[in-house]
Amino acid sequence: MKEELSFEKAFERLEEILQKMNEGKVSLDASLKLFEEADNLISKCSEKLAQAEQKIETLVKNRGELELENEKPKTKQFEYNKEKVLED
Amino acid sequence: MQTYYTNKILTVSELTIAIKSILEKNFTFICIKGEISNFKCQSSGHMYFSLKDDVSQISCVLFKGNTLNLEKLPKDGDQILVEAELSVYPPRGNYQLIVRKFSFIGIGELLFKLHELKETLKKRGWFDKIHKKPLPLFPKKIGVITSSTGSVIQDIINVLKRRFSNFHLILNPVKVQGTGAAQEIAKAIEDFNKYNLADVLIVGRGGGSLEDLWAFNEEIVAKAIFESKIPIISAVGHETDLSICDFVADIRAPTPSAAAEIVIKEKNQFLDTLENYKKQILKQLIHLTNSLKIKLNNYQNHPFLISPYNILGKQMQMLDDIKNMIDNSIKQKLDRQKDFLILFLNQLKSLNPKNKIENKKSELSSFNKKLDLATKNLLEIKKERLFKLLSHLKAIDPKNLLKKGYSILFNEKDASIILSKNDLVENERFSAVVSDGKIYAIVERKQ
Repeated sequence: MKEELSFEKAFERLEEILQKMNEGKVSLDASLKLFEEADNLISKCSEKLAQAEQKIETLVKNRGELELENEKPKTKQFEYNKEKVLED
Repeated sequence: MQTYYTNKILTVSELTIAIKSILEKNFTFICIKGEISNFKCQSSGHMYFSLKDDVSQISCVLFKGNTLNLEKLPKDGDQILVEAELSVYPPRGNYQLIVRKFSFIGIGELLFKLHELKETLKKRGWFDKIHKKPLPLFPKKIGVITSSTGSVIQDIINVLKRRFSNFHLILNPVKVQGTGAAQEIAKAIEDFNKYNLADVLIVGRGGGSLEDLWAFNEEIVAKAIFESKIPIISAVGHETDLSICDFVADIRAPTPSAAAEIVIKEKNQFLDTLENYKKQILKQLIHLTNSLKIKLNNYQNHPFLISPYNILGKQMQMLDDIKNMIDNSIKQKLDRQKDFLILFLNQLKSLNPKNKIENKKSELSSFNKKLDLATKNLLEIKKERLFKLLSHLKAIDPKNLLKKGYSILFNEKDASIILSKNDLVENERFSAVVSDGKIYAIVERKQ
């Protein structure tokens, strides 16, 4: 699943496209294609940035060891609790 | 508040002396604790250094006479307790502590260990730039290793919330001080790597004493950080506290809040960057189309394309010249022919028979006249002659004779005139014409 293009890759590609266009050696057709690609990347990135998904989790530990669930560390919603004091 | 010095013009020295007298008498035999920095031992044997804590520092001088009781040479980072008096030094206009008694606080040993480890790790190259991993631009998961109850995690969450709405934070709660804290921190780093739980890690705790921060100066933590595949931001203590952890980490943040600011740019910055990309790329595109337009325009306006004369002009001109030449030569030829023709015409005119005809005509008419004249003359002559003859004739007309008694005899048979006696026989009939008629008779005899 090639779903997510990473931001780094997107920005790298945008930088590359810009550089290519700055060099001015691309044909009109090619630069139109590049522009289309850049526009696509930009809208995808903006879309991603616009997502309001926010997750704050904490790993669940038992005597200093991570608790596992299906061989993956278990997490739970993190609630900040000022009253709780340090063990030790 | 008005004082003795208000509204007076003072020289620098007067003011300095006034300050000196006020300060020095109020700060004698004071005890101060702090950490040594900028330590310098001059060849004169006097020692100069600053004494500092988290926020402040003060210059100190330890004169040679007071250094004799020192158990070891002081150095930067030493925690010390001094007995001193405040002194204003007029030439520089600053104040300093004149240290009388000097003693190390137990921490010195810890600092020594820290220094040793730092040197060792430095020699191993663990602090080298070459090992520093770049931070991801947009980390999907941010791992945080700190206490779940300290202000650090709260600061980080607050900053992240302010900067970015869609972050995913995973906290690995650890002890940040005390026994076993270093081991827990190291293990947390290893676990994040082992389960690949985050794209970037923040390891840190709030400010504190050197002992408080000690876990972050342990080799086991340094090793875990050095071996981590995930980039690590170190955020230990305050800006002035430097830990081993800070040196080994890929990036050192002065505070936990700063770490959160480093870990992800503000959303607006991202959007700005994207917007900027779009603008620049669009600008380039417009620039490209414009320059192509200009090129096209140039081609269209190129002399070769704008009119055929630029290509064919020479040939056209040559053609015109040739045409002219041909025209001229034809004209010349025609002119010559025309001249000839005119010449011929003139000649022909001169040869025109009309004149001759006219001549002949006039000749003819003159002949005619002459002829007429001659004819007339002749006629006149003939007429005259005729008249003469007529009158002659008249004179000899038989009728006139008849009247005078003469008659004419005609043979009856053939009406011929009888001129002799032989023309008639006896008994033959004849007629005689007289002036007033005819007489029929018969021949009776002849003689």
